[in-house]
Amino acid sequence: MVGGSISALLLLAAALSLAYTPRDPLEMSIGERLRPPTWTHPFGTDQYGRDVLSRVLAGSSISILVGVIAVTIAVGLGLLIGSLSGYWGGWIDEGLMRLIDAIQGFPAILSAVLITAVFRPGVVISMIAIGVAFVPSFARLSRGGFLELRQREFVLAAQALGATDRRLIARHILPNTLAPVIVQATTSFPVAILAEAGLSYLGLGTQPPNPSWGLMLKEAQNFLAVNPWYAIFPGAAIALTVLGLNLLGDGLRDLLDPKAV
Amino acid sequence: MRRLLPRRLATLAVTLFLVSLLIFIVVRVLPGDPALVILGTEGNPEAVARLRHTLGLDRPLLVQYADWLGRAARADLGRSIQYDVPVVSLIQSRLAVTVPLTLMAAALMLVAALTLGVFAATRHRRLGDYVAMTLSQLGFAVPSFWLGLLLILVFSVKLQWLRAGGFDGWQDGPWPGIRSLLLPALALALFQFAGLTRATRSAVLDVMRDDYVRTARAKGVREGVVLWKHTLRNAMIPIVTIIGIQLGQLMAGSIVLESVFSLPGIGRLVLGAITARDLPVVQGVALFVATVIVVLNAAVDLVYGVLDPRIRRE
Repeated sequence: MVGGSISALLLLAAALSLAYTPRDPLEMSIGERLRPPTWTHPFGTDQYGRDVLSRVLAGSSISILVGVIAVTIAVGLGLLIGSLSGYWGGWIDEGLMRLIDAIQGFPAILSAVLITAVFRPGVVISMIAIGVAFVPSFARLSRGGFLELRQREFVLAAQALGATDRRLIARHILPNTLAPVIVQATTSFPVAILAEAGLSYLGLGTQPPNPSWGLMLKEAQNFLAVNPWYAIFPGAAIALTVLGLNLLGDGLRDLLDPKAV
Repeated sequence: MRRLLPRRLATLAVTLFLVSLLIFIVVRVLPGDPALVILGTEGNPEAVARLRHTLGLDRPLLVQYADWLGRAARADLGRSIQYDVPVVSLIQSRLAVTVPLTLMAAALMLVAALTLGVFAATRHRRLGDYVAMTLSQLGFAVPSFWLGLLLILVFSVKLQWLRAGGFDGWQDGPWPGIRSLLLPALALALFQFAGLTRATRSAVLDVMRDDYVRTARAKGVREGVVLWKHTLRNAMIPIVTIIGIQLGQLMAGSIVLESVFSLPGIGRLVLGAITARDLPVVQGVALFVATVIVVLNAAVDLVYGVLDPRIRRE
């Protein structure tokens, strides 16, 4: 419930920020640079006099968008690879699983660094890079489900009645493997948000002047002695978001996947 | 164990081959023309053609891959475009920072996580357990680079006990280097310890419910001996898995922390190479780090056989 409440608040703030923020996140005011929290700027201002609260709110929508797209890519590719591997078995399974081992040899940050090194850094590339890094976990999960269900009586019965491979996969097996995949998606979502913040901190994700929590922390580092509040609020936003989503994911796991409890 | 080792080595070789293929495809094939990627808008056709010939890009792809792989197997990862020195020597020079940082973080992580995990398990469903699990939840949530900034704020800016960044080197003994790496190692360890804490708690709880543990207590064995000699030894298998995985994660996580603390390690090497479009360095570092992680995971599998005779017999 705690996780759900925090997550709901976050989603509400992100949705609201698309239509309204207290000030324009990009509006500069050189006379109000690096101010601590005040009534007019509850989170203070940055080195260009921009309102940190507005930038934190605007950054939430970017973080959520990256998280959603990255996880969607991971689920899509992971389900495809896992279903082919688990259904057909044999050399297809061996080959795909060795490929998954190879991808898993890259921690998310390394694969993201590699991909953004080749293509220009940006939000889209970071979504793809993070999504690709998560494919192995979804592939293994769905493969495990397919291996277990492939030999079940209801599948064999459908096969005996003449169901095609496509029908067996789409109609009978895949729907029954989705519960743990959904749980994994909810636990991967906050990790994707962390990864986006990390990439933006390194300059490989969201590019300035667009607001991103990681990018704000990178900029704040230069002014720690002058205005430490600048570094506190974006980091707290990341921590609170990830905490809420992790708690929500734990709760969903208890609900949807009792075997994992 | 006799059958496990060759099988594991064969899987390792295949995985490393696929890792190298993936890196080659991402760096050489996907962007189209790496020479154009390197030169960008400054490249006139003659300059691009000259660079393509210098880098061997005018040869067939399979020949390029075989040549690159063959040289990599002989520890020749090419030459840095930016520094005009072998990539291997660049990596070697940076290992003097990244390896100690990773090991220090691993030691701190192990001490914190094993202590907290065992503590939580022995106080299951009591206040101590809830506090430990809350701390581990916070560990999952707090990003390492933010933690690094907070540590700089407290220990460097406010208390002025430690420097905010930089590396003093090992030439004057171990202590200047250890002092430089203390804050980044702490940030890295605290970020990773949450997973190991939960795994330790879970594994110890499972083993503590076994009959032989109850028998040991009934025989009057001291609780400390029950815990550390009987319980923890048999709880180690899942814990070893997590440790092995997290060693690789620590090394990858050091990429970000080196940027926070301005440490001249492998992380800053690869980030500088990205900015300079020095693709041989990016490629070489990616292959090196991925190889270390794959080998670590394989070593974890082999350690299973040492810890659990049932796996050896299988």
